[in-house]
Amino acid sequence: MAATVVAMALQRNLFGAVVLFGIYSFLMATVLVALDAVDVAMTEAAVGAGISTVLLLSALHLAGGMEAKALERPLVPLAAALAVGAVLGYGMLGLPAFSDPQAPIHTHVAPRYLKEGPRETGVPNVVTAVLASYRGYDTLGETIVVFTAGAGVIALLRRRKRR
Amino acid sequence: MKNDLILRIAAKLLMPFMLLFAVYVQFHGDFGPGGGFQAGVIGAAAVVFYAIVFGMAAGRRLAPEPVVEKMLAAGALLYAGVGLAGIALGGNYLDYFVLDADPVHGQHRGIFWVEAGVALTVAGVMLKLFYMFAGRDRDE
Repeated sequence: MAATVVAMALQRNLFGAVVLFGIYSFLMATVLVALDAVDVAMTEAAVGAGISTVLLLSALHLAGGMEAKALERPLVPLAAALAVGAVLGYGMLGLPAFSDPQAPIHTHVAPRYLKEGPRETGVPNVVTAVLASYRGYDTLGETIVVFTAGAGVIALLRRRKRR
Repeated sequence: MKNDLILRIAAKLLMPFMLLFAVYVQFHGDFGPGGGFQAGVIGAAAVVFYAIVFGMAAGRRLAPEPVVEKMLAAGALLYAGVGLAGIALGGNYLDYFVLDADPVHGQHRGIFWVEAGVALTVAGVMLKLFYMFAGRDRDE
């Protein structure tokens, strides 16, 4: 995955970059399957590798195939990216160890969902039970976000068309 | 790609299975991986595939744009409506236990409609985005 990311950053041909992006998404999906997060892996494969690739390709059709040469060496963004990366890396040091059963996220509401979920909702897939029932508000918010994003893009692109 | 015989035949053969898979993912989300979001994306991907192979006009005939636009809002409203139904039947907002005499059945019913709403909105947004990008010309 690191190799695809580096290749993507170095790639000047945008078509190649799009293909590498799809490869990256599929690799990500396999990692998620290995982590037993099948629902997320499915989403990653369908959205990241499928729909995003198609959308990027149709954007390419509008924009042309090559990346424009930078007018100057962008040092400030590089510094900003490195700084953000360093802060994130520092923050990760404070996270609990991977798959630590005593981590706060595993001791709060998760045991109750796992224990009571099948009985209360009668749904064998805990992910669905949590997503649609216990966290119904969150999912409603997500749906509204998707809707708003779609409506925003429609509003933006439509105004262009009329001109 | 309209004149490519192999692609056309393969697309025609694959379409029913792709749509069936979307429906399977939608309704099997209770038992295995999947749910409204994934099903919406897979269904939209099937239509996008069809539109790529047979041309945008054929895709628009299959899923007309006004319908797609209404799907956006209908999905979000359906989800919110399930919440209101919970209130109307004497529970809290998005409370599924009151949707049926048996609380577990109520949960099933609530999750079913909520997932349907998610699938509608997601499929609508994906398709609409595709139409908007693919329908524009380079120099517009």
